[in-house]
Amino acid sequence: MSLPLSQAKAAPRAGVALGDRLFVVGGKSLLLILLVLAVLMPLLAIFWRGFSADAGQGGGLLAARELFASESFHWLLGNSLSVAFTVAAIVVPLAYLFAYALQRTLIPAKGLWRGISLLPLLAPSMLPAIALVYLFGNQGLLRGLLSDNIYGFWGIVLGEAIYTFPHALMILLSALSLADARLFDAASSMGAGPGRAFTSITWPATRQAVFAAFCLVFTLTITDFGVPVVVGGDYQVLALEAYKAVVGQQQFGRGALIGMVLLLPALFSFSVDAWLRRRQGEAMSGRAQVFEPKPSRGRDACFLAIVLLVCAALLLVIGMAVYSSLVTFWPYNLSLSLRHYMFEDTAGGGWLAYRNSVTMAIGTALIGSIVIFSGAYLMEKTQGQRLLNQVLRLLSFIPMAVPGLVLGLGYVFFFNLNGNPLHVLYGSMGLLVVCTIAHYLTTAQMTATTALRQLDGEFEAAALSLKAPLYKHFLRVTVPICLPALLDIIRYLFVSAMTTVSAAIFLYSPDTILAAVAVLNMDDAGNVGGAAAMSTLILLTSAGASLLLAAASRGLLRRSQAWRQRAATV
Amino acid sequence: MYKHLALAAAVSAVFSLQASAAGTQLTVYTALEAEQLKSYKQAFEKANPDIEIKWVRDSTGIITAKLLAEKDRPQADAVWGLAASSLAILDQNGMLEAYAPKDLGKISGNYRDAANPPAWVGMDVWAATICFNTIEAEKQGLSKPVSWQDLTKPEYKGKIVMPNPASSGTGFLDVSAWLQTFGEPQGWAYMDALHQNIGQYVHSGSKPCKLAAAGEFPIGISFEYPAVQLKRQGAPLDIVLPKEGLGWEIEATAVIKGSPKADAAKRLADFSASPAAMELYKENFAVLAAPGIAKPQTELPADYEQRLIKNDFAWASKNRDQILAEWRKRYDGKSEKVAQQ
Repeated sequence: MSLPLSQAKAAPRAGVALGDRLFVVGGKSLLLILLVLAVLMPLLAIFWRGFSADAGQGGGLLAARELFASESFHWLLGNSLSVAFTVAAIVVPLAYLFAYALQRTLIPAKGLWRGISLLPLLAPSMLPAIALVYLFGNQGLLRGLLSDNIYGFWGIVLGEAIYTFPHALMILLSALSLADARLFDAASSMGAGPGRAFTSITWPATRQAVFAAFCLVFTLTITDFGVPVVVGGDYQVLALEAYKAVVGQQQFGRGALIGMVLLLPALFSFSVDAWLRRRQGEAMSGRAQVFEPKPSRGRDACFLAIVLLVCAALLLVIGMAVYSSLVTFWPYNLSLSLRHYMFEDTAGGGWLAYRNSVTMAIGTALIGSIVIFSGAYLMEKTQGQRLLNQVLRLLSFIPMAVPGLVLGLGYVFFFNLNGNPLHVLYGSMGLLVVCTIAHYLTTAQMTATTALRQLDGEFEAAALSLKAPLYKHFLRVTVPICLPALLDIIRYLFVSAMTTVSAAIFLYSPDTILAAVAVLNMDDAGNVGGAAAMSTLILLTSAGASLLLAAASRGLLRRSQAWRQRAATV
Repeated sequence: MYKHLALAAAVSAVFSLQASAAGTQLTVYTALEAEQLKSYKQAFEKANPDIEIKWVRDSTGIITAKLLAEKDRPQADAVWGLAASSLAILDQNGMLEAYAPKDLGKISGNYRDAANPPAWVGMDVWAATICFNTIEAEKQGLSKPVSWQDLTKPEYKGKIVMPNPASSGTGFLDVSAWLQTFGEPQGWAYMDALHQNIGQYVHSGSKPCKLAAAGEFPIGISFEYPAVQLKRQGAPLDIVLPKEGLGWEIEATAVIKGSPKADAAKRLADFSASPAAMELYKENFAVLAAPGIAKPQTELPADYEQRLIKNDFAWASKNRDQILAEWRKRYDGKSEKVAQQ
């Protein structure tokens, strides 16, 4: 009796196993090919381009020695370093205080402050710079407050500070969200004041995040050219030089050499950060109790003042950009009109650019979230191919350490190579989508991995015992459970694709010009009002999409994920 | 599953290229002002309904660099509206196909390539102009400059913007004209002095005038087209034509050698030299390649054409690289150090 039964069982299981193998091995191989083509090869192309001596391209060892020894390179490098250090030194302490206020004090309306502080994420880096021109330029609203005009060092520093603030804030918010109340109780029972508790509990637990935030701000600043191009004046920086060498003078070798220099701080901070992370280990024990700040009027008043000040500054800058896009003819005719939104007769691509950006952002969000989430699932939840898994993990960590400017240059070199069959993709929307996904891959994948790790491996075991094919289990169980995280990834990719300019600037063609690129082009042509208008459109679109997805996520949580609530209240 | 397939299909449909309605798509590189592109394209496509223009537009220096970089694998079929000195460089590199447009006989001899058939044929002339903001001048107590030399007066320190000659054709024609009219060492000495007063070097030739119109910097070294346009829009500008004479350039058209769409490109060259096209150009420019069509622009003096300097284009295009290298060495990337001297 038992023999035929087991035989009958074996046949469908073989089918399931084959399907699963196809899903697992096929999926992983596909991911490997994608990562090699979209991340590894473009990076290698940078080194190849930088060190191959083509006439008139400014590359090669000789050109490298000449470039690195030249006075103008030292000037640019010095400028880049002093800007990046200054920005990081201003932004990180401020973001720390802000994050501390949101996580460790009892100030009112925390959600509102948080929302305002993250606003700069929704716009390209040119937006704060344009607003600064209208605020502190020669015809600026608040010109009288400064002794000199904004163009130059302080213009870049202020613009970058606003652009990088939310990035630093996010890291510090998550670092300060974890605290063990028992440690603070112990400290106060031993007579330690709040100052002592901070230096011996809070600071040691968060200093690694402070370092990470410092590195992130430093890297974002040193590789950004959106702010310097608008308010830099004659104060030039390396990122701008790389952009000018490639886009302006078609000196690809020179661009590659500067790109390699810009890769260094990112690589350095990334490896130190990884080393620190390994040393720190797990800070929270399973028995930790959630820290609830105790009321303290003096402390809260101080922190509320800081938070209000920062939010006021951010609202002033963003509000100024929106307002200036509506002014008819600054500064002589301040009546409001939509003149700057009539893009038809201006350089830069106009409404086509805007439509392209929305298409690109939707494509990036949909394709990216599917690829990244499936990839993370395969790496986390399937056994076997251990070596392949490790290679995949390593490859998907690379984009974190590669600035968009460098990645974009790599794409130019790799996909524009003579004889590369993928050259047909050059300048296409498809390549822009691939590049944007690759650029923002690591963060999105970490979100997916975190969500997946919260799921018990028993789910897969149950699926196996029910003889359900893995892909079915993935689609019917895993994806629905992780839907909030998936929506988060979609939102992140959409907003990043709308605002990015660093890589896309090298990859668009007239048909695929993007809104953020149009902002740069319009500013270059002297149409600052149009640039402000396009930046405002990007801001509104990102904000709209974020609100929509947040609402969808909340609705889903309420309707289909009621089990979470119940579990929490039990 | 089918839902997902449908989704994938929809996504890929979004990315598939839009099918072009017209027969031939012609890739045309240009440094024309963006405001001019629409009417030029419409007029050409109306006369040639089977051809569609696909523009690639940027400043003169950038379009020139792009064309040179693509020398072995040209992406452009034709060039419509680029400085003649840039086209001469492309011609020296053997990148242009000589072609005599149908209406070549109507073009003045000095506004076309001298060879027969010519490598490029002119459209119109654009020339240096100083845009001077009268409201800001009054506020800041600035006197109105009348000559290039005036711009080196200490009262203008930090008040002047000019285009970077490496990226902008207007910037290059200024530098080339100063070197030709003042002589080479005096020309550089003049620019050294001017550099002390420059608030910013900018990317494009029209931006200085736009910045002057907005009062961001009261004086912009630019060209007459944006000056006239902005004045018509009500900007508080005086158009100053310096008395030493105006540097100028010919905006011209050429066919790229080896283009698979050479026939369509030649029809573009025909159109660009035709009286119908001159009617378009005359709306924007006071001096045209075909004589007898231009109408005087009320914002410019009647003797405008006589104010142009005697311009040696052969010298300018032969020395372009060297002039730009010298300019970069002196003023680009080290502006602060020079300013401290």
